[in-house]
Amino acid sequence: MPVTGEKGWQRRTTPVQLAVWFGWLLGVALFVWCWQTISAATTWFFVTDSPRVIADIGGRMFPPAWSYLDKLWQPMWDTINIATLGTLMAMFMAVPVAFMAARNTTPNAYVIRPLALLIIVSSRSINSLIWALLLVAIMGPGVLAGIFAISLRSIGFIAKLLYEAIEEIDHTQVEAIETTGAGRAQVMAWGIVPQIMPAFAGIMVFRWDINIRESTVLGLVGAGGIGLQLQSSLNVLAWPQVTVILVLIIATVLFSEWVSARVRHAII
Amino acid sequence: MLTLKALTKRYKTGDLALDSVDLEVARGQVVALIGPSGAGKSTMIRCINRLVEPSSGDVELDGEVITRLGAGGLRRARRRMGMIFQEYALVERLSVMENVLSGRLGYVGFWQSWFRRFPGTDIAEAYRLLQRVGLEDHYDKRADELSGGQRQRVGIARALIQDPALLLVDEPTASLDPKTSRQIMRLICELCAERELAAIINIHDVALAQLFVGRIVGLKSGRIVYDGPPDGLTPEVLTTIYGEEDWTLAKPGLSGGDTGGGSGEDERVAGAL
Repeated sequence: MPVTGEKGWQRRTTPVQLAVWFGWLLGVALFVWCWQTISAATTWFFVTDSPRVIADIGGRMFPPAWSYLDKLWQPMWDTINIATLGTLMAMFMAVPVAFMAARNTTPNAYVIRPLALLIIVSSRSINSLIWALLLVAIMGPGVLAGIFAISLRSIGFIAKLLYEAIEEIDHTQVEAIETTGAGRAQVMAWGIVPQIMPAFAGIMVFRWDINIRESTVLGLVGAGGIGLQLQSSLNVLAWPQVTVILVLIIATVLFSEWVSARVRHAII
Repeated sequence: MLTLKALTKRYKTGDLALDSVDLEVARGQVVALIGPSGAGKSTMIRCINRLVEPSSGDVELDGEVITRLGAGGLRRARRRMGMIFQEYALVERLSVMENVLSGRLGYVGFWQSWFRRFPGTDIAEAYRLLQRVGLEDHYDKRADELSGGQRQRVGIARALIQDPALLLVDEPTASLDPKTSRQIMRLICELCAERELAAIINIHDVALAQLFVGRIVGLKSGRIVYDGPPDGLTPEVLTTIYGEEDWTLAKPGLSGGDTGGGSGEDERVAGAL
């Protein structure tokens, strides 16, 4: 209690305090109601049974069928190629898009820039697995569909990060090149490109690293690579083979992260 | 050689940065442009090579009306106007040699410059200039490895390799310590004398301007309020340019007009400025 004559202080006035309490009450009630709904829709037999199933599948997965590795090298090599070629292809398409999307380099802010942003958004909003589904239907199953799926997904990612880097450059360096009487293309090559090179290299290895991971699942929809093997092993319940595939994927992903970390370190 | 006729710049915000400025600069003449912040010094320099587009009025260089040129003509005209910047504006991730050679971009084609195949005469000139500004051992370093004074020297070499007739110098010493500032100002003025270059030097430091430059132009709110020798900068004139202040405190340095070399250490440093 405040001493008489001195001003008291509380965080909230009494009506506000009541409203906060009521809000909490509503929240808890909603949570309990949701819990009950989900619980009623769950077949509890399967859930309670799951530890036994895990133990069962886990038991079947060991020992891994290491001899199966011999059949995996080729698909793994395909997977790495899908990621690498897809990233390279995306680079060639993403660089012009980035220059068209950046406010300070776009040739036209009212037509070309929105167009470039549209390309970026549509490429980014469709997952590479969905691109692969479409492309397998269009150009048939195989590695080529995988490469296109990876690159179509990567264009938006690379272009977005690159155009943000272009917008953040130091403008006085560009002005300095302009005052020498350099042409438009020379101003880009000498004033802008050197400034965005570190960001560009970082973005490329980062995306390559992501693409290695994404291309391991593309085979699930027929777009080539190790995913194809994974699917066929899963279909025939060959658990020891699945173990080997998962181990190989983890090893490859670790390797790609190591490479990209080294490259980024070397550049920055 | 350089003539400004009723040069006016009004920014989109409505600020009148330059108000009908007339100025004539003769061949080989070095002019120091002084004035308070926001007086339009930077705008004036940038209107001359059209980094800022003037609203009205004309800029003439050797009889050519710069303000009426198209894009190609402007690029050719810019080759004759070297610019030196306050924050050096070197391309930080390129080497010293590349930064100097970038001054030749207006003379070589795109692919030639992309593959760094500059003509032998340009490379020889770049070495000569680097030696002249005292950086002959640093040509292979990256620009961001250099100190402020060294960077400004690279900036000077880049402007000179353009083979300009006019130097536009925007606050060359504002980011440098007092000693380096003097060395840089001396270098710029010596080079202008050697090559008969006209120059307009934007500068905050009145004492430094008086020390090295023969003609001072005072700018206030976009108008020229003083144009004369350094000795003419009496406290009354400084009050017109900058506003009321006890200018006699700066007097020891202000009475100068000593444009001679000196050894750097024993030159007077102006008190209040």
